[in-house]
Amino acid sequence: MDFLRPASWEEALAAKAEHPTAVPIAGGTDVMVEINFDHRRPEYLLDLNRIGDLTEWEVGEESVRLGASVPYTRIMENLRAELPGLALASHTVASPQIRNRGGVGGNLGTASPAGDAHPALLAAGAEVEAESAARGTRLIPIDDFYTGVKRNALQPDELIRAVHVKKADGPQQYSKVGTRNAMVIAVCAFGLALHPETRTVRTGIGSAAPTPVRAKAAEEFLNAALEEGGFWDNGKIITPSVAKQFAELCSGGCNPIDDVRGTASYRRHAVGVMARRTLTWTWESYRGARRASEGAA
Amino acid sequence: MRVNFTVNGRPQEADDVWEGESLLYVLRERLGLPGSKNACEQGECGSCTVRLDGVPVCSCLVAAGQAEGRDVVTVEGLADFAKQRAEGGCASGACGTTLQDAQQWKAKGTDSQTGEGTELSPIQQAFIDAGAVQCGFCTPGLLVASDELLERNPNPSDADIREALSGNLCRCTGYEKIMDAVRLAAARQSEEV
Amino acid sequence: MPTNGAPTKITQGSQTKGGIGESTLRPDGTLKVTGEFAYSSDMWHEDMLWGQILRSTVAHAEIVSIDISEALAMAGVYAVLTYDDLPTEVKNYGLEIQDTPVLAHGKVRHHGEPVALVAADHPETARRAAAKIKVDYRELPVITDEASATAPDAILVHENRDDHHAGHVPHPNIVHRQPIIRGNVEEARKRADVIVEGEYTFGMQDQAFLGPESGLAVPEEDGGVHLYVATQWLHSDLKQIAPVLGLPEEKVRMTLSGVGGAFGGREDLSMQIHACLLALRTGKPVKIVYNRFESFFGHVHRHPAKLYYEHGATKDGKLTHMKCKIVLDGGAYASASPAVVGNASSLSVGPYVVDDVDIEAIALYSNNPPCGAMRGFGAVQACFAYEAQMDKLAKKLGMDPVEFRQLNAMEQGTIMPTGQPVDSPAPVAELLRRVKAMPMPPERQWESSEGADVRQLPGGLSNTTHGENVVRGVGIAVGIKNVGFSEGFDDYSTAKVRMEVIGGEPVVTVHTAMAEVGQGGVTVHAQIARTELGVTQVTIHPADTQVGSAGSTSASRQTYVTGGAVKNTCELVREKVLEIGRRKFGSYHPAWATAELLLEGGKVVTDGGEVLGDLADVLEGEVVEIEEEWRHRPTEAFDLRTGQGNGHVQYSFAAHRAVVEVDTELGLVKVIELACAQDVGKALNPLSVVGQIQGGTTQGLGVAVMEEIIVDPKTAKVRNPSFTDYLIPTILDTPTIPVDVLELADDHAPYGLRGIGEAPTLSSTPAVLAAIRNATGLELNRTPVRPEHLTGTA
Repeated sequence: MDFLRPASWEEALAAKAEHPTAVPIAGGTDVMVEINFDHRRPEYLLDLNRIGDLTEWEVGEESVRLGASVPYTRIMENLRAELPGLALASHTVASPQIRNRGGVGGNLGTASPAGDAHPALLAAGAEVEAESAARGTRLIPIDDFYTGVKRNALQPDELIRAVHVKKADGPQQYSKVGTRNAMVIAVCAFGLALHPETRTVRTGIGSAAPTPVRAKAAEEFLNAALEEGGFWDNGKIITPSVAKQFAELCSGGCNPIDDVRGTASYRRHAVGVMARRTLTWTWESYRGARRASEGAA
Repeated sequence: MRVNFTVNGRPQEADDVWEGESLLYVLRERLGLPGSKNACEQGECGSCTVRLDGVPVCSCLVAAGQAEGRDVVTVEGLADFAKQRAEGGCASGACGTTLQDAQQWKAKGTDSQTGEGTELSPIQQAFIDAGAVQCGFCTPGLLVASDELLERNPNPSDADIREALSGNLCRCTGYEKIMDAVRLAAARQSEEV
Repeated sequence: MPTNGAPTKITQGSQTKGGIGESTLRPDGTLKVTGEFAYSSDMWHEDMLWGQILRSTVAHAEIVSIDISEALAMAGVYAVLTYDDLPTEVKNYGLEIQDTPVLAHGKVRHHGEPVALVAADHPETARRAAAKIKVDYRELPVITDEASATAPDAILVHENRDDHHAGHVPHPNIVHRQPIIRGNVEEARKRADVIVEGEYTFGMQDQAFLGPESGLAVPEEDGGVHLYVATQWLHSDLKQIAPVLGLPEEKVRMTLSGVGGAFGGREDLSMQIHACLLALRTGKPVKIVYNRFESFFGHVHRHPAKLYYEHGATKDGKLTHMKCKIVLDGGAYASASPAVVGNASSLSVGPYVVDDVDIEAIALYSNNPPCGAMRGFGAVQACFAYEAQMDKLAKKLGMDPVEFRQLNAMEQGTIMPTGQPVDSPAPVAELLRRVKAMPMPPERQWESSEGADVRQLPGGLSNTTHGENVVRGVGIAVGIKNVGFSEGFDDYSTAKVRMEVIGGEPVVTVHTAMAEVGQGGVTVHAQIARTELGVTQVTIHPADTQVGSAGSTSASRQTYVTGGAVKNTCELVREKVLEIGRRKFGSYHPAWATAELLLEGGKVVTDGGEVLGDLADVLEGEVVEIEEEWRHRPTEAFDLRTGQGNGHVQYSFAAHRAVVEVDTELGLVKVIELACAQDVGKALNPLSVVGQIQGGTTQGLGVAVMEEIIVDPKTAKVRNPSFTDYLIPTILDTPTIPVDVLELADDHAPYGLRGIGEAPTLSSTPAVLAAIRNATGLELNRTPVRPEHLTGTA
């Protein structure tokens, strides 16, 4: 095993180009466990800790460019307003110690269906900034990023530099089921974002299909129902039957398995419950904000 | 490979490090600092918690090479670290355990050494006084995490304490005495101010 | 109803600071908070090698061949050992039945069984070498439950059994069977107005101590070996290790290293023999440290169990009879299975008066992971089932579950199903009264001005509910556990106590082989010595095999038995010291001859309080040192057909009230409070007593809602050997645990004390389950209960 310590992003890309099998390591959450337990012996470890700009973020007009190694703790503390769904998701990641070191780049690189950030990214809308020495930068839409169980759209010579996450234009929520009240891997997870500007709702489901997925049928149904009922404008409470059908469609969007963490049947059920609750929470928040702005006006 | 970094204020050098070694392994097996504990080696117990450039992390999840040039505080240096913080000085440099001291560490039995005369940080003393130590294997990680909590939040609520320590497993105490210890240290700290 | 027992009379040393009854602090506390305390995994030696164990990847198979040549040829590898390298004819070990191969011979019987050993200069070299050992397995069908174990054509897990249980078991795949028959169940059933039946399942729990199995074996010049290790019983280890090495016991020196928790999981050997074999073969010190993955294969677990119960009661709430069958899965090797069967059967009725019983407990041999000792063994599984039965009966009778229990509660004088009278306080009804009377935690503590604090809700940080579908439930349970080794076992301990003057001060050294595993035995020994010998300075000598056996740190026995031994030896030392005093100073003061003399505060005083002299003067130029064994009263074996016999030494009782909040829609549980009342006889160190109760309570909580080793029934392979998927409670899962300590002296025990370590683990689990049932209305016949069981999605 060789330990590569690039001092800059350019050096890192060059190293990855030269050694496409090199395994990037930043927070170490996944990679070190695999090494400690003898599950993986990469030829090269590519340390990204020395590249300072990976831990930086910029808040732009439309989106936040979030460095791949910005620790979850920083996201929770500093980006709650811009990226509320991701901030909530970050708060559910493992332990304080791991949140201090791990970042979204690791979740994306591993692309485990259980990664906590994925549902929030899917719901918010995001693009992954990947780069290679040979072909430069490309932005991969989050919807195209997850390609299989622990597989993603990266090329062997590419590294994740950042993720561009759409700034929240409405309330977002994130919910995760685990069999412990802290430090737990998701049995399943659900992210939901209201996008009042486009009058759409986006979702993300974790750990209930081979990859993180959106519940597209549920989104389409809800978008239509909200439009039809004039909900965006009248700010009415979403009718229980609409919420129920949305929840059922979210359950239907799952393709889960039975494993030691939970049954497929439970996962479908729980995703439905989380879908209904997060919809209620976000919609209540949307209505509250509308009332507040009307009150001010 | 060779790795150079600072531990408890002293520069340290480890040679012939296998690239897959963790910071935890290097501390325990190469630098004679076994205080950070090897309970799970998968980031699920917090027993190996150290401060890496001031930030509490699981040292089992830091590749040794990633520690190059960085500053580590372990439980062995916690008393000095807390003392310097209280005195507001000595961010790095000639404080803490010397390399020689560190390497002179050797096996000690469970004798009646009360360690009287040993200077402890407030959180260490509180853990003893509150009965928060049983087998003690989780203790070093909990101390580093609790000390950092009180540094950040001198007056934490119970829910704050539970959240801050939710990455540290203890199998003996049922956590009640650990809660007591953190409350005690916080109370003593606020009396001093 | 007893509320106060006889006060414990302590005259000797009651004036000495730091004696019994005080919450003195741990003598090892400072070392433990500074990181200097040397645990077994911290041992280090110049030039040491690292040992690695190759374990079977399948559960049941014949070993066709093992090829070690590639591994042996690797640079940095010093030795590779298989069964063929074992030096003597003794190739097995075991606590009671020597059925466990040191290294697999021709066959593996469970997933993760040791097959070969490697010693190398770095752990990674050792791992790579182990990976190069080629083992060719021919897989066999697996035995995983009672049906497959006892089928007429079942493969025998162990052929040609010749152990002392082999003759009386109904099938060779049953390790041990213990029936208990008393009264006449058929007749008694006729008196029952209600009958309740239940079938219960208890999952496989892991001790999950945090300090992994580890140690260092150092070869010695005399051809022997010195082993530094974390264990629960040095002398039991020694008896099993020495014959395999072909060494006399005196050439195997053992020193206890720091023990990172035990809970029963270190009662069996793990890496001890392996490290010694490698050290003796290579002539170099060898260190072995399991990682967490390996630890799940490296020690026995709590027996999973199926329990079938029938209870009857009259309409005024008196129990008429109980019939039960308890099937414990012992896995591939016997370990402590026979004793677990003894406890499960003899305590299966719980702390209740039932005259007519028909009880049967068995432990199976299977290809599942070996199971053995864990805190409360046998009694834990039974308590889960009988307490569920009590709630069902109360419900059926329309009675309050606490009142129903109190009506049937045993008390001093009750005859156990084994025919043994309970001859010390048994405040079962009082403990129930106390937990019920504790103030209830406030409702909806999660509500705050800023909305719901998810940290205080089911799901915790995962943000699953803001109060929706959260329902509170309350449950109460009580349990009974035996203290000490039962069934005729010669359960003794040894203490060596030395008293001398150092620097003008009287100083006492207490030397025992007791394994301090965190419970605080070292604290208590020093307290006993201060009380008995009237000194303040007490040194606890490191535990090793240079002193006689202290027995095991298990069965809630150490304060009782080794504490009793320390007390006894101290008393002998005191007599000796007074004898010296009389010889030296008797002529100066008549009280030396006439009064009853005490040692207090470093002085010899009369029972009237007159000071006769300083201990330092009495002991000037003298050293008093005595080593002595001490035994509690003997017990008897249970009759193999009727289960009758005075099998137990002492009983221990605890009751819990659990308050839970359940997200009934997601099936997530938050335990809000878990109050405990326990009778401890006499709290030698109140702070430690409460710490033990809270810790035991939390382990019971763990197996109620999350902890389970999951074994694939098709392959008998462990599916979750990690802390990622075997979950133990975090601080956010653990509620406040108020403890009400009752001290009713047991006159048979030293200071009237009662062993305390295990009882709180018993009733905690059924109390939580009862609370969840109360919140959800579900029957819930298994533990741990998982979200799918609460949502109909299992």
